[in-house]
Amino acid sequence: MKNLEQTTDEILTLAATHFKVPRATLQASDDFFKKLGIDSLQALELLTRIENHFGVELPDYEVAGVSDFRTLATRIQARL
Amino acid sequence: MAIDEYQGKSLSWAVADGIVELALDHPRANEIGLTMLEDLERFAAALPDLESQASALIVYSKQKAGFSAGADLVQLYTFVQQTDATSAVKKVREFLERIHAVLNRIDMSSLTTIGAVHGVCFGGGFELALTCDLIVADKMARFCFPELRLGLIPGFGGIPRLKRDVSNGVVRDLLLTGRSINATKALDIGLASQLAAEGEALHVARATAAQVTKFDRGASAAAKQFIKPLPAEELRREIDIFCRLFPQPAVIQGLHKFVEEKSPYPYLP
Repeated sequence: MKNLEQTTDEILTLAATHFKVPRATLQASDDFFKKLGIDSLQALELLTRIENHFGVELPDYEVAGVSDFRTLATRIQARL
Repeated sequence: MAIDEYQGKSLSWAVADGIVELALDHPRANEIGLTMLEDLERFAAALPDLESQASALIVYSKQKAGFSAGADLVQLYTFVQQTDATSAVKKVREFLERIHAVLNRIDMSSLTTIGAVHGVCFGGGFELALTCDLIVADKMARFCFPELRLGLIPGFGGIPRLKRDVSNGVVRDLLLTGRSINATKALDIGLASQLAAEGEALHVARATAAQVTKFDRGASAAAKQFIKPLPAEELRREIDIFCRLFPQPAVIQGLHKFVEEKSPYPYLP
């Protein structure tokens, strides 16, 4: 099973690919709304990518209030 | 008067090879307010003529954000702020009755209807998709009834229609948590009949529609009428419940939060 670091890394890669930014510019502690300049509709796109990639379902109320990649990764990790 | 092609302010339609394609196209996410309602009413008025020359209807969106994010909450909030409570409820009921008339007409069309859904399919947008006989879901589609976040229930016929398609447990989950589900989940629960690769929902819907056009229109219409009753009584009760909830403080608080707080995540719970 993946560990949290692997999960975080994959989420960062998914985000970089989806929003077309260099992977090296993203850190686990980044606020993804501010760093990527996205709104909630775009955040839902990222959530869908993450769900499809990891094969999990993550209710979006678990993401409410989450704004950094590492915390998002812990939510996903809990479902793996 | 034959209207087999139309370009409105928020949507367009065209007929070719026995298939009607209704394209929603109102930035940013096909929010359903007065403009979209008026265009949908024109479409409903044209349906008898369209039904005489076609077998299938595809409803899809040209907006990148998705199929539809639902009711135009900015317009609703502005309206509520400018109107006394009694008049507001009266006007909201009128709007609901108009949108129900349109959605019921699409629901009961003799055409086999296919919703090609990508991106957000929330609230009233989800309710429009639920009028369709089949939903083709793009892998990036998300479905949601967020109305409880506004102190409301779905008011465009969503609950009776969703009950028609999936188990009551699933309806309770979506309604009472207000969470969104992805296309894979939608397929698993029988909400979507097919998944499409990203960007390919319309392509898949067209292939499905082409199949449908092979069948005798009268037989298809009879089969549809048999298998898909209109839950008329529940649809009327839904309007009553919505109008009873509408004057409550939670509604204006929810609308205020959505419109005024400039949160980066109004579409998250």
